[in-house]
Amino acid sequence: MTSSSFEVIIVGGGHNGLVCAAYLAKAGHKVLLLERNERVGGAAITREFADGFSVSACAQWLYQFNPTVQADLNLAQHGLQLAARDLDTIALAADGNHVTLSSTTVHGTSVSQQDQLAYSSFTQQMQKFASLLASASERRAPKLLHSNWTDRITLLKLGLGMKMLGKQDMQDLMRIALINIYDVMQENFDNHLLQAALSLDGTLGTHMGPRSPNSVFSFLHRRLGEVFGFNGPAVVKGGMGELSEALAKAAVSYGVELRTLAAVGKINCNADGVTGVTLTSGEIFNTPVVVSNADPKTTFEKLVGLRNIETGVARRVSTIRMKGNVAKLHLALDGLPDFSGLDMLQQGQRLLIAPSMDAMERAFNAAKYGEFSAEPVMDICIPSLHDSSLAPAGKHVLSALVQYAPYDLKAGWAPVRETYTQLLIERLGAYAPNIGARVLATELLTPVSLEREFHLGGGHWHHGEISLDQIMMMRPFPGATQYAMPLAGLYLCGAGAHPGGGVMGLAGRNAANEIISNSKRANTGSIATTKQQEGNS
Amino acid sequence: MKAHDETMMLRTPFHSRVAEACEINQWDDWKGYTTPRAYTEVEQEYFAVRSSTGVFDLSPMTKYRITGADAERYLNRVMTRDVSKLKPGRVGYTIWCNDAGQVMDDGTLFHFGAGDYRLCSYTRVMDWLQWSSLGLDVSIEDETADVAALAVQGPTSCAVLKAMGFIGIEELKPFGLTHHAFENTELMISRTGFTGDLGYELWIEPGKAELLWDRLFTAGANLGIHPIGNDALEMLRIEAGFLQAGVDFVPAEETVREGRSRSPFELGLGWLVDLDKGLFNGRRALIEEQRNGSRYGFVFLDVQGNKPAQHSFILKGKREIGSVTSAAWCPTAKSNIAFAQVESQYGRPGEELIAEIYYQRELIWTRLLAKCRVIERPVFSSPKRRQTPAPDF
Repeated sequence: MTSSSFEVIIVGGGHNGLVCAAYLAKAGHKVLLLERNERVGGAAITREFADGFSVSACAQWLYQFNPTVQADLNLAQHGLQLAARDLDTIALAADGNHVTLSSTTVHGTSVSQQDQLAYSSFTQQMQKFASLLASASERRAPKLLHSNWTDRITLLKLGLGMKMLGKQDMQDLMRIALINIYDVMQENFDNHLLQAALSLDGTLGTHMGPRSPNSVFSFLHRRLGEVFGFNGPAVVKGGMGELSEALAKAAVSYGVELRTLAAVGKINCNADGVTGVTLTSGEIFNTPVVVSNADPKTTFEKLVGLRNIETGVARRVSTIRMKGNVAKLHLALDGLPDFSGLDMLQQGQRLLIAPSMDAMERAFNAAKYGEFSAEPVMDICIPSLHDSSLAPAGKHVLSALVQYAPYDLKAGWAPVRETYTQLLIERLGAYAPNIGARVLATELLTPVSLEREFHLGGGHWHHGEISLDQIMMMRPFPGATQYAMPLAGLYLCGAGAHPGGGVMGLAGRNAANEIISNSKRANTGSIATTKQQEGNS
Repeated sequence: MKAHDETMMLRTPFHSRVAEACEINQWDDWKGYTTPRAYTEVEQEYFAVRSSTGVFDLSPMTKYRITGADAERYLNRVMTRDVSKLKPGRVGYTIWCNDAGQVMDDGTLFHFGAGDYRLCSYTRVMDWLQWSSLGLDVSIEDETADVAALAVQGPTSCAVLKAMGFIGIEELKPFGLTHHAFENTELMISRTGFTGDLGYELWIEPGKAELLWDRLFTAGANLGIHPIGNDALEMLRIEAGFLQAGVDFVPAEETVREGRSRSPFELGLGWLVDLDKGLFNGRRALIEEQRNGSRYGFVFLDVQGNKPAQHSFILKGKREIGSVTSAAWCPTAKSNIAFAQVESQYGRPGEELIAEIYYQRELIWTRLLAKCRVIERPVFSSPKRRQTPAPDF
């Protein structure tokens, strides 16, 4: 069957695909969104993993969703609710002397007054830097060569923004942007738990340790949340899947046609550009514009095919760095785990197992050589404390991001799944002694399972490392910025595009804006004409 | 890693014979190999090719063997011309571009049989060739050092080969290739060359190279055979209108400065571009260039006087509009020829331009404003080049 009544096909219904679809439809375009899985949402999804126990199966915290997107798409009206927000981060200590980080203050018996003061000025400065980054994230990344006025204004604003930071802050930004979070932490703080907790934000989801260059930028990227009104992570009521449901409802309300269990096997193209998609079922859709929500490697290597693009593009795609290092652990618990020294309210916060930056760096060392860390870093969430719908009465679910667990484990993941799960439960047991006894069911998602289930190439959440060589005008790769790929009619709208990963929605929104303005530039409003122009630009 | 990647100044398989014949002992570095600038006298070598036979050692030429089920599709991705039209047993002149539609190099492509090709190039481009194979079933092997080669060029070249006993060689068509038995091995002969005259290229395993040289020179003793060096070849190729990578254009992936590379259209090589054959590297950019116009044009200039316009500026009136990339006094055509790049609005055939030539005599520099005329085609083209069966003289 062939259908050609759609102007745009969106491949993949991750949150960015949904956002992009919604914006396009809102602007009057006919959009078909094709999702491979049973439900839309991609990595923002709620799933039952054991009888009666549900959990946000991939992304577990909402901490940087863009408020403009939320308002534009009326997500509250479409059912988005937060079960908790502005949570603290508690860095767990084996001796119970935990350190609690809020948006602007830090406390704990081991934290010196000096560190408290330093924390306050550090977070203020980071807030300034993140604001600068946020302004660049809310629009397309400028091109440096062949830029037009829009790009020049963006660059000007960025430059002006840096200048407006004032001499001291500007110098600091220039100085730290290229170094590593380890050095920045050493410079500012003495407390090991505090250092580790902050540096985790610079390395989570990446192939970096605290001593890796680019970890400061990655930290600032995470801090975008603070600019977008999140003073700490939030828990979505009903799990992350409810955010996706709200996005889907918004998209449908604007006229987007959603089809699930519709796996795109191929993005069709000829020498002049894309012509449509073919589903794995064999069904073909012809359309002048295809927007891929998949990561750039999957998009080009699996869907378009490297043989169908020019050598330079194939080379760029093959060298994108995207090595996932995060595994996801889900536990169904018979009761609350009793983390030592934490009351119930505190157990509902974001809990970290990251004793020191050195411990993190050692955990990363293992990943560098294709081994998992025996003492991994963990980012723990007990969402059932905020949302009783996730577990049967009196019972709880625990969800944890575990790092470092490399995608390309030398031994392969299959033979070590059981022992690794056990290792993680024991690691948790060091901080919550009775947890082992309360475990009713477990689920471990290795980076390989994350890739399989959520189609994250290399198991990498961000669809490509967030590092200076892969951001802004170099994301996903030079020559493919501003969402339009070097194949006429093909756009990228996911985390692989500027401004990158995290459940933020900006990549989807920016991509939609770009497609809309390109169609306006073609002067007919028709997207088909846009493609012609683009093929020639 | 090949030997030439780690060691400088290698010797070709013919070196013992080349060194013996090289009376003036002047050498060039050709991609790491020791090659003679001239053996005796440049003019004598030049005239050997134009009136009898000249032999040039082209072993340092970069050679890639490209094989596999997707070889044709692969080459069609890399090359601007339609490789599917190159039949087995044929050789094609070809160029290739990067994604920006800028020429990386030119070369010859030999089609041996289904999924089996040899690409000869000036540059070493293994990395680009490997990147280009992403997603395709093809293997690329650098066989530069595994194949020795001689160019045998000139009006008596066919007669020389016949005297060596290669029966029927006169029936080989231009850009054809054939295999002959030679001393228990296989000698490949292609009717190709870089001189614009009747000529052949002989390809053999390195172990048999010296023997091939000896047999060739014995057979050609009465047919005016003479070894020729790089300087004579330079005159010959300019007279015949052949571009040289690294001289007439900078291989695109080797340029450092923005705007220093050139497209096929800007080098007068548009005839090698097939925009209708499907995807190939640079297609998008070349379609755009066709729409928006090129920045430069490539012209052959017939320059007044006999001072080669080497490195000259080209003027229109008093305005500088381009510069010369190659120039030589061409003895057979008796013309002073230059290749030039000019701004694209100039260079129509017949147009009068001025070459600003500088030359030095006994430390005194002289500036000469020589009139020149844009000519449509190269000044030398022998009808023997296309004649089949090839004449003995």
